[in-house]
Amino acid sequence: MASRRDFIRISGLGLGAVAISASGYGVVNTIAGNPLKPSELKIDTSRTPTYCEICFWKCAGWVYKNEEGKIWKVIGNDDDQHSNGRFCPRGTGGPGMYYDEDRLKTPLIRTEERGKQVFREASWDEAFEYIADKMKAIAEEHGPECMALLTHGSGGKYFGDLIKAFGSSSIAAPSYAQCRGPREVAFQTTYGEGVGSPERIDIRDTDCLVLIGSHLGENMHNGQVQEMSDAIDKGASIITVDPRFSIAASKSKYWLPIKPATDLALLLSWIHVLIYEESYDVDYVEKYTYGFDQLKEHVKTMTPEWAYGITTISPDLIRKSAKEMADASPAVIIHPGRHVTWYGDDTQRVRAVAILNALLGSWGRRGGFYVPEKLSVPSWPHPEYPIPAKTLKDTFPGKYNLAYETLASGICDATIPEIGSQCNFKGWIVNGTNLIKTIPDSAKVIEAIQNLDLMVVIDTMPMEITGWADVVLPECTYLERYDSIRVSPHRKANIALRMPATDPLYNSKPAYWMAKELSKKLGLEDYFSWNSIEEMLDWQFKQVGTSLEEMKRIGVKNYERPYPDLYFQPDEDVEFFTNTGKIELYSTDLAAEGFDPMPVYTPHEEPPEGYYRLIYGRAPMHTFSRTANNANLTDIMDENTCWINPKVAKIWGIENGQYIYLENQDGIRSSFSIKARVTERIRWDSIYMVHGFGHSNKKLSRSYGKGASDAELITKVHVDPIMGGTGMRGNFVTFKFEPAKKEVES
Amino acid sequence: MRYAMAIDTKKCVGCSDCVVACQIENNVPIGFCRDWVVEIVDGTYPQLEIEIRSERCNHCENAPCVRCCPTGASHYEDGGIVLVTKNKCIGCGACITSCPYDARYSHPDGYVDKCTFCFHRIKKGLEPACVAACPTKCMYFGDLDDPNSKVSKILKVRKSKTLIPEAGTKPKLYFLI
Repeated sequence: MASRRDFIRISGLGLGAVAISASGYGVVNTIAGNPLKPSELKIDTSRTPTYCEICFWKCAGWVYKNEEGKIWKVIGNDDDQHSNGRFCPRGTGGPGMYYDEDRLKTPLIRTEERGKQVFREASWDEAFEYIADKMKAIAEEHGPECMALLTHGSGGKYFGDLIKAFGSSSIAAPSYAQCRGPREVAFQTTYGEGVGSPERIDIRDTDCLVLIGSHLGENMHNGQVQEMSDAIDKGASIITVDPRFSIAASKSKYWLPIKPATDLALLLSWIHVLIYEESYDVDYVEKYTYGFDQLKEHVKTMTPEWAYGITTISPDLIRKSAKEMADASPAVIIHPGRHVTWYGDDTQRVRAVAILNALLGSWGRRGGFYVPEKLSVPSWPHPEYPIPAKTLKDTFPGKYNLAYETLASGICDATIPEIGSQCNFKGWIVNGTNLIKTIPDSAKVIEAIQNLDLMVVIDTMPMEITGWADVVLPECTYLERYDSIRVSPHRKANIALRMPATDPLYNSKPAYWMAKELSKKLGLEDYFSWNSIEEMLDWQFKQVGTSLEEMKRIGVKNYERPYPDLYFQPDEDVEFFTNTGKIELYSTDLAAEGFDPMPVYTPHEEPPEGYYRLIYGRAPMHTFSRTANNANLTDIMDENTCWINPKVAKIWGIENGQYIYLENQDGIRSSFSIKARVTERIRWDSIYMVHGFGHSNKKLSRSYGKGASDAELITKVHVDPIMGGTGMRGNFVTFKFEPAKKEVES
Repeated sequence: MRYAMAIDTKKCVGCSDCVVACQIENNVPIGFCRDWVVEIVDGTYPQLEIEIRSERCNHCENAPCVRCCPTGASHYEDGGIVLVTKNKCIGCGACITSCPYDARYSHPDGYVDKCTFCFHRIKKGLEPACVAACPTKCMYFGDLDDPNSKVSKILKVRKSKTLIPEAGTKPKLYFLI
């Protein structure tokens, strides 16, 4: 956390003279505490609705402009269930993305070898011509299914439509295999449904929130953090399992400072306690679950005393925390987590989480997991998409059958000829994701890229990945564009509109425009038959009882639930979408695929002498690379630090604030030095750093060389055999005091 | 009327949204701030505690900055809010030195700047930008002389402290503990 002194420093000037606007307050929280009625407020008609693109929570809000008509601030929309009228620091700092002078400004075509960052400026027509020619050549020589889309941004929808029309179904987001995939598969195999985003967890009304490595508050998923705060107000207890004394741990009744990589043993011992002390929800388990007897037998020996030797958590603390959960049942949440790709057995670990929730009867219950509602918004009519001759599944026959989404790392692997013999990708479109920092093992990602005939990168900022592109297309920021309608699951079904608050700066353009223009070059314009985005959005809105005109005024529309079914009714008969129609404590899907039907703890590799486990996480004011160069946000945090326990620092003679290098078990040393933060908040067997720093692209003037990149140090990946997730927490680092003797790539 | 702010350290997660919201609302130049977040860690692993505080000008009732200002630029406004009149300020920095909370900075345009409790907003009946933005709703603002204000109500039911009370400045920034 930056101290006061960090802030008082004489650096550059601000955003220019932004006058205080006299009008335009949509905020209805008043000092007296009585919300003003809208009629009492002078509503600024110039405010425009948006939903945030700084992270993937997608909070809806309002963009205000100053008297000069320039973007001033973004404030939450009170009707929005994601934000409840309050943005997080990243969303509040959104204007910093718009004003970033390092933005991509015009289309670029590479003129020298990949990675050299040497481009020439091109016209949009020229760029599209180049891309279309290459795509046609790929289709002719290898088949259209050899094009893939890797996306992590709203504009990806339109490129997805384009790639499907072209004849490929390979569309992947790193948020699956590199993040939440194991969680989805774990819940699908248990409850027949995934958790989704925003997570269907009823934190607001819970009595006990259990966090397994989740660091809410530092991970600033807005709605969850808000509800955690509400729950604290209502007297809920928090239990946190983390080798690091996280902010959430500091708010917890019980903090379990676990030895990293042993969480599954703890979870199994909790299951043991609940079953053998008979403190589980007997009626719920009898009515809704399958395989209880097998589970009981399975965990028979997994006592707290057994877990103590593995986790270093005392049996007393294990029993006490289990009792806390049982006392709160069913208003208890064992949080499913979000970034769960840790050790390669992640689906099984989250399965244990899912099972615990079932034993506590929290699924479908108030204060546990609610039943979300989502609107179905029809797509603009288009011709049938062609059926691809091959898909990614053909590359890994018989593997990852339970993965329901495409693996970004799978596309990467399948691009390397020795691995991807069946479906060899030749072209990538990369939208809004800095793959070099997102998919572990940067060297492998680069090897894949070197085998491509075409890589197009669409982004607002120059990133590591743009340096490797053949064509770079500058997207305007979310404050300057329309996008697809936000349709998200929540307590009430809802939709939100993003519209431009201003014209795009420079020669940047929205994704829908790029995809439509490209479709013309490829002869696929029938798939994009709308005349304007407004026409398409208005048509879509009219299918769900509103219009573009109304949405411009309200920004967000919530739909009341037709039935009071947010939770299961008492004794309601519920059929789950599993093979047995029950909540599967014993997974028939996993058994059929030849995996353990119930989670089994297996020890993971431990750090060698002098090495420490590399743990990474989030800071509330940053979203990975996406915010790394945002002036408003780097002003609060402009580099990451390496958290080191004081005992360890003493052994190495490392002082607080000293810059050091990290080297991993494979001899990979960080390209840049990182500041040591000597703190009691981290275990002695681990170090911690925030993900998304250590940028090597010199075009990022505020973030180049600031801090170290964890992605670079994650060269050992433990792949989840069930769904192909890339476990990244099996890497160990040691301290070095000199840079590696090699040229730093830029 | 005495405006005050109370901040719940039990709910604050230290996300710094208050800092960003203030910077943008008040056009505070990059590199400076009117509010900031402090984190204090106590103890030895695994017996630890953290206190997180969002800090700013305390709008003291007995403000040393007002007393020492040679031009009268630093003054009390309605509701006891301490403000700086830009065009009266000569940038001498006496107030910066006198403030026990280190709440003031020299603006690059040549005057001293600090938190105004968003005077322009409260005049309209709106909460300060930091309070309105805070995702954890850990900040309470209002009039200490009004027993029904949010700040009076919360101070009645919760234990609180002020910073450096021994300086005798009578600060009006309370931390709920």
